[in-house]
Amino acid sequence: MKRKLVIALLIAICVLMQACICPMIAIGEIKPNLLIILTVSFGLMRGRREGMLIGFFCGLLTDLFFESTIGFNALIYLWVGYFGGYFYRIFYDDDIKTPLLLISVCDLAYGIVQYLFRFLLRGRLQFFFYLGRIILPEVVYTLILTIICYHVFYRINRMLDLSGS
Amino acid sequence: MKKNANENLKNKYLLIGLSVFCVLLIGLSFVNSDIVAPVKQITGYLVTPVQKGINSFGSWLSGLTDNFEDAQTLREENESLKEQVATLTEENSLLVQEHEELERLRELYDLDEQYSSYEKVGANIIAKESGNWFDIFTIDKGSDDGIEVDMNVIADGGLVGIVTEVGANWATVRAIIDDESNVSAMVSTTSDQCIIAGDLTLIDEGSLELSRLTDTENAVHVGDKVVTSYISEKYLPGILIGYISELNNDSNNLTKSGYVTPVVDFRHLQEVLVILELKDYTPSTSSESEASTEEEVQTESLETESESEAGPDSEAQ
Repeated sequence: MKRKLVIALLIAICVLMQACICPMIAIGEIKPNLLIILTVSFGLMRGRREGMLIGFFCGLLTDLFFESTIGFNALIYLWVGYFGGYFYRIFYDDDIKTPLLLISVCDLAYGIVQYLFRFLLRGRLQFFFYLGRIILPEVVYTLILTIICYHVFYRINRMLDLSGS
Repeated sequence: MKKNANENLKNKYLLIGLSVFCVLLIGLSFVNSDIVAPVKQITGYLVTPVQKGINSFGSWLSGLTDNFEDAQTLREENESLKEQVATLTEENSLLVQEHEELERLRELYDLDEQYSSYEKVGANIIAKESGNWFDIFTIDKGSDDGIEVDMNVIADGGLVGIVTEVGANWATVRAIIDDESNVSAMVSTTSDQCIIAGDLTLIDEGSLELSRLTDTENAVHVGDKVVTSYISEKYLPGILIGYISELNNDSNNLTKSGYVTPVVDFRHLQEVLVILELKDYTPSTSSESEASTEEEVQTESLETESESEAGPDSEAQ
């Protein structure tokens, strides 16, 4: 119960930070993606089920705040969480190299899916412009933020584990 | 081992179940967005105070760092500012004279003053869309202050965007530089109609795309003012958008396209003004903002092609 509360609070904080704090630290109009970090980190540390659920709620909340089509982000983050959880117990979660790799792959995929469904379908064909100007800078910035955030999430997870058992 | 396989299967079912749920939600919000509106209202109501708090904390932080600025630079700035004040007062007195003259002339010609007479409400931007793909932001005023969907938002004397959703104490605004934004506009000198669209590929230049400009007399030039058009369905007429920075002939030799530099500094936008007046003939049925902007463009493109300027009021849906 306590775990669920803490994780719900964590999701709320991250969604709010993504909307309020990230625009303040944006470089060249590019914001890092905190929600991908949260989803993949917990997927890797806790397994598919929790990764999926955390991703789903992160996406759903963003959709509710800003989108007119509800569910699109929720769907993407759901699959991101599942993918992250796939590597649960295959790799050690105390080594930062694994989350770095997973997060970069997920953020790249997230960017490409966004482009495909929301830009390509409206006839914006310059994929390489969007890749170079939006998607890749976001991946790099997110990776830098991962180095800080992953430790925080890891600590929180350890604390929850200890108090739970 | 068996338990593990069972767990795997459960996870897969959960994944499929939630995916189907998401797809249903997407479909539902395309068909009828009113169903999810109450949920949005509640979440917005709960979250807005928190966002306001975070935002004021953030501006307090950035204010702190400003304090560390060198006293020397401040002194220099003070000096130059004093000079500026002197020149500005001189200019101001001139302008006041001219303004009085203008006032007299206006009365003479019986012209309405336009957007200085609209009732407005000021609001702060408290959150921005979480990805890097769209320019949508949340402001801290809502229906409690009289804001409604489709109201125009301005800042720095220029058009910022349009309200797309409203809660009790919040509203979301789609900026005109957003990739999905289309504004029906006209060149103020010649009243030629055109479409001003946001484009993410122009993110570095910070400009807007101008298209379908019918300028048969070649009277439009770079540097001309672009304002919102009177045939627009949602935008009040005569709000300044920006200045033409580039103009080219289209390959069809009938229309022109180019770029417009907006007057609003979107990067450093913090406060905006919402005009509390809706365009008169706007029907209150359109709630799906994306669909309706597309409709708007279609109807307007028809109008510009047929160059019928006489009765747009009856034609616009």
